[in-house]
Amino acid sequence: MRVLMSLFLVLAGALLVSCDGRTAADRAAEAGILIMGNSSEPKGLDSQLVTGVLESNIIRSLFEGLCTEHPSKDGVALPGAAERWEANDDFSVWTFHLRPEGVWSDGVPVTAGDFLFSYERILTASLGSDYAEMLFYIKGAEEFYKRETDDFSTVGVKALDDYTLEITLRGSLPFLPEITKHYTWYPVPRHVVLEYSDGKIDVPFSGWTQPGNLVCNGPFLLKSWRINDHIEVVKNPRYWDAETVQLNGIRFVPVINSYTEARMFFDGLLHITYTLPPELIPFANEHHPEETRGELYLGTRFVRFNVTRPPLDNPKVRRALALTIDRNSLIDNVLQGGQMPAYGMVPPFGDYETEHAVDFDPAEARRLLAEAGFADPSEFPRIKLLTADRDVSKRMAEAYQGMWKEHLGISIDIEQKEWTSYQNAMTKLEYDLVDGGWIGDYLDPTTFLDMWIGGGGNNRTGWASKEFEAALRQSEHVRDPAARLEVLQKAERILMSELPALPIYWYTTNYLIDRRVKGWSPLLLNNHPYKWVSFQTAAE
Amino acid sequence: MFRFVIQRLLQGLVVLLVLYTLSFFLIKTLPGDAFTGERAISPEAVAVLKKRFGLDKNWVTQYGLRLKRLVVQQDLGVSPKKNREVALILRQSFPPSVLLGLNALLVACAIGIPLGILSAVRKNTWFDYAAMGFAMIGICVAAFIIGPLLQTQIAMRIPALKVAGWENPLDWILPAITLGLAPAAYLARLTRGGMLEILNQDFVRTARAKGVPPMKVITRHTLRGGLLPSVAFLGPAFATLISGSFVVETIFQIPGMGRHFIDATIDRDEFLLLGCVLYYGFLIVLLNLVADIIQAILNPRLRESL
Repeated sequence: MRVLMSLFLVLAGALLVSCDGRTAADRAAEAGILIMGNSSEPKGLDSQLVTGVLESNIIRSLFEGLCTEHPSKDGVALPGAAERWEANDDFSVWTFHLRPEGVWSDGVPVTAGDFLFSYERILTASLGSDYAEMLFYIKGAEEFYKRETDDFSTVGVKALDDYTLEITLRGSLPFLPEITKHYTWYPVPRHVVLEYSDGKIDVPFSGWTQPGNLVCNGPFLLKSWRINDHIEVVKNPRYWDAETVQLNGIRFVPVINSYTEARMFFDGLLHITYTLPPELIPFANEHHPEETRGELYLGTRFVRFNVTRPPLDNPKVRRALALTIDRNSLIDNVLQGGQMPAYGMVPPFGDYETEHAVDFDPAEARRLLAEAGFADPSEFPRIKLLTADRDVSKRMAEAYQGMWKEHLGISIDIEQKEWTSYQNAMTKLEYDLVDGGWIGDYLDPTTFLDMWIGGGGNNRTGWASKEFEAALRQSEHVRDPAARLEVLQKAERILMSELPALPIYWYTTNYLIDRRVKGWSPLLLNNHPYKWVSFQTAAE
Repeated sequence: MFRFVIQRLLQGLVVLLVLYTLSFFLIKTLPGDAFTGERAISPEAVAVLKKRFGLDKNWVTQYGLRLKRLVVQQDLGVSPKKNREVALILRQSFPPSVLLGLNALLVACAIGIPLGILSAVRKNTWFDYAAMGFAMIGICVAAFIIGPLLQTQIAMRIPALKVAGWENPLDWILPAITLGLAPAAYLARLTRGGMLEILNQDFVRTARAKGVPPMKVITRHTLRGGLLPSVAFLGPAFATLISGSFVVETIFQIPGMGRHFIDATIDRDEFLLLGCVLYYGFLIVLLNLVADIIQAILNPRLRESL
């Protein structure tokens, strides 16, 4: 009876709370708590051991690198853990001056020693970091990671004193501050990491990132974490710029079903969604125009060719297939998210101009296919296009299939595999054509070009070009930023003349955002710095 | 009875061992592993990771070591994808799934059993046809249709109900209906069948002939026997309900077990998958035993034969 009574009381209480006319989002906004959809359960919160966007969304609230994102301008690095920095003439040696008032959330100062420890930790191969290569720009880092030496002093990172960090690079890198915004470059608290791993540098998942243990240097602190339910962070009073931080906390909800996520938004349970399914974009645009956003996102969708298999080993065949994709029609009819048709591999941004390498030209495609020996399309071998078993991928594959049939008269089969099998087949080159994409890590063309180096883990096409790699290497030694971009353009020209992959579109990110949220401007990398985010007050 | 229980528990252990062994080797045969991902990991890192999780040894050695660790230390290992102890993941995900399952069972029993009894008593009337029609719909319409329908048509119109989430008891209602509707339909059909069989027995006719009121005939004389097929169904159904439902949990954003089954398979997270499989197997064994015991209590003939 007592159990029934308490259940009744809980229900009545819940009913009362729910019936005050305000939604969960209203109550959270009044309390200064931002509720965000965040796709899925994060793999972890150790910035040196994760690789995903959803993990980065949480880690960005907890930690801060040397430089940090500007709330509304792309490619601008604001002071973070470092209050200022300078480089030598050819941008190969950088000195970062850490702010003396910077402390970890337990009050211990953030020093150059923490950065040194962090970079040594991520570059220690036995830690098993998936993303250590992000630090290979540092002189000697790759050699240390590959255990060609065990002496970390050979790596180009030095603590000149407690608050001065000197980084020597393997080449010229005018955009290093941009890279230090990436979470792999964030510091980890040496004193806490070592405490939970018995003084060893290479112990992953030792528990230091669990609630109660995690010590951080960013604008927020970890408050609670329930698997598949939520992660909540609250304002860090010890953060050096705590005055700027307007939010009292952020709640990250791993909503794996994007339709549920949209319904949660419409029902007042979320302030920002992680995504918006293509089918709901027209509805959202019509009924919630002020809350629906579609913004450019630094990423390229493409189809990889397995260049080790005929007939795709012939660049003319690859170009013929590339010239028969009607990208505008695909975007308007299938994707409906306002994506940009991709005419090159690198999305155009900043001062980089992407050359028109592929457009829709069926007549030229037919000519090329005939030149490649397939004047009679029926002689073209039956090849397969591999995709992941996701709805949009399948619809896109069917669109390509139709376009190739219509314009070239060739038949291509579609093969769908579940996610890991699909990735596995791609890695082992067990495919003819495969649907894929790439999201940039930082604002520089190299984030889209480095992956095509022969034998690189993300190349996955079997393609290699000495000329292309020479151009990339050359770019590391060009001091003038404009001249450097020209060298990278040359590299992209080589890539696009050979076409190991067929660019389809440049990404957009579509999501819903509560109209009360302020300080959330479009950013190409979608890495919004939370410290500038706030809620509109009733007066506003 | 005691011997029966011990015997069944020992059989259960064998079942679990077979289940573990089969699952262990089946997942190994799938293409890719836990370290296959969208972004390539360097071969150096893969080697380190495989060594850390003991995946660098041959399958049989891995099997032996892992089984030993499971039996001796009751350790299910660490999930390489979620980077947490499997036991901790299961511990956190178990309560929401059990709560959801219990509520769904409540919905199933509250709808299914009365519907089945009434259908049997009013055999071949409009009520019987309507109830069985409902049962057919409950079986045929999938949760991924019912769930979003309830969300958009009910939750979005009633302020007290939320479309998703798992914070207070009101949040249990819609997922429980979504998950409980299919078993309710099965229960209705099974109860109707069981009741009809008993209602045609001689002792029921005798009871009626000697003037026992119709209500008493049902409660005192037929219900016990008529519910036997439903009780047999409820054991495994309960195990299925409380081990989580991927569809209902993702639609209603419930932090339960169901998601782990699917995620672990797709991610090739063999540690988590084996943990889930063992957990589910254990529940099936246990609840089948409970169902058998309840059946024995309800059926004196069965009780004597044990």
